[in-house]
Amino acid sequence: MKRFWVAIVAVFGVLLTACGRGSTGSTPEAKTLTVFAAASLTESFTELGKKFETDNPGVTVKFNFGASSDLAQQIVNGGPADLFAAASPATMKTVTDKALGDGTPVDFVTNELQIVTAPGNPKGIKTFADLANPAIKVVVCAPQVPCGAAELAVEKATGVDIKPVSEEPDVKSTLGKVTTGNADAGLVYVTDVLAANKAKPTVDGVSFPEAKQALNKYPIVVIKNAPQADLARKFLELVRSEAGKKVLQAAGFVVT
Amino acid sequence: MNRPAVLARRARDRHQISVGLPTLIWLPAAIGFALIVLPVAGLGLKTDWPRLPELIFSESALDALRLSMITSSISTVLCILFGGPIAVILARSRIGGLRLLRALVLLPLVLPPVVGGLALLFLLGRTGLVGRGIETAFGFTIPFTTAAVVLAQTFVAMPFLVVSLEGALRTAGQRYEAVAATLGASPMHAFRRVTVPLVLPGLASGAVLAFARCIGEFGATIAFAGSLQGTTRTLPLLVYLEREADVDAAVALSLLLVVVAVVVIAVARPRFVEGQT
Repeated sequence: MKRFWVAIVAVFGVLLTACGRGSTGSTPEAKTLTVFAAASLTESFTELGKKFETDNPGVTVKFNFGASSDLAQQIVNGGPADLFAAASPATMKTVTDKALGDGTPVDFVTNELQIVTAPGNPKGIKTFADLANPAIKVVVCAPQVPCGAAELAVEKATGVDIKPVSEEPDVKSTLGKVTTGNADAGLVYVTDVLAANKAKPTVDGVSFPEAKQALNKYPIVVIKNAPQADLARKFLELVRSEAGKKVLQAAGFVVT
Repeated sequence: MNRPAVLARRARDRHQISVGLPTLIWLPAAIGFALIVLPVAGLGLKTDWPRLPELIFSESALDALRLSMITSSISTVLCILFGGPIAVILARSRIGGLRLLRALVLLPLVLPPVVGGLALLFLLGRTGLVGRGIETAFGFTIPFTTAAVVLAQTFVAMPFLVVSLEGALRTAGQRYEAVAATLGASPMHAFRRVTVPLVLPGLASGAVLAFARCIGEFGATIAFAGSLQGTTRTLPLLVYLEREADVDAAVALSLLLVVVAVVVIAVARPRFVEGQT
């Protein structure tokens, strides 16, 4: 048994010294811009990335799409991002709180909630208040995630009390419960409905005026001391340009 | 239990010459141990200890813990009821196609749990093959219920029970059953009085494995059952959700999950495995 512990101590020692040395031998890749962006930006940013590569020969744009909170955690823990586009001010705050933002983040788009139903809207859902009907199985996002926080804000503003059958951990998961037919309705973003119908019509989207009371803002910021900070600023310009606006609007975002 | 056999084994153990382990074995063992333990120890370092009680005794955490314990217990019983007989057939039967059967039973081990959850959804969901029939016949649907959590857990955990029990059955061999048969015991009688007591330790360790797998189950549950406090939101689902908003809470709940797992494995396993039930 003693030998086991000696070996363990040895292994831990080696690991610790290895950690201490860190990664010194990394050579900067020739012009690769790394963008961390919220999953809902996948389609529009991929398109903008292709345009950016055409406009700037020799530059490769690499994307890391995911839940904004995960991306923020990755950046705080040393993730190699040059530019970060988050789906909520709260997740952006994780990064700026650690002084990792180069300047103040700007809100570049907003996204609003939409009711999503099965194709043809078989339950005839027309308003947000219809979702309080106990005969309708509704899925929403959990209040911990931005789409759930927005949904809760609408509930508070309207006084409508929705009893969901499930509070999903992310918006795609919410959408999935409707596209598979297991829930009658869900609350997702306009962009998710458009994305779901891109290949073939799979769901119906029902807009409701109260959604305007809980717009979700998307902030974007260049990361401080990023290896490709200049490229990141250029990409940010593209996002804010007329061409960028067009792509984002086509995906369902409201450009601010 | 067949006490004479146990006593004989112990006597044999006492007279055995102690054989040392080759020194070379310690190093890879230590690396493996470090790989398992270091990340979990890292959780402890990241924990916000002053807030820990508040975080793990919150209403949502207690609901999730209770739900996890209840569903995992039911699922483990289902694994024994249905997986046990599968293991017996795999170990003892001579029917053809056993090899294929074994491969199929092990599928949930290779399948990503989310895919397993989707598969369950496509079968038992409201628009699924069987699910649609259940809704028209009985007027209820399975997704979003606690039953869906149990089904998801049973699906992913059953192979663990089958594999360890089949191993135990093969190791035990059929000598005693053959003797029982020559003494006139019917197959059922021999199974009940000889086979089952003989593999009880294997069954218990398989059940503990299955229970542990149920406690940690996430992917199939979120895909098939959804996530609602008190109904379908088990501890791993709560951890996944909390990490979106409050990483400290997620870490604290993970620690709770680790403690539950360690208690289950460390307390239950050795006692059962050594057959001193």
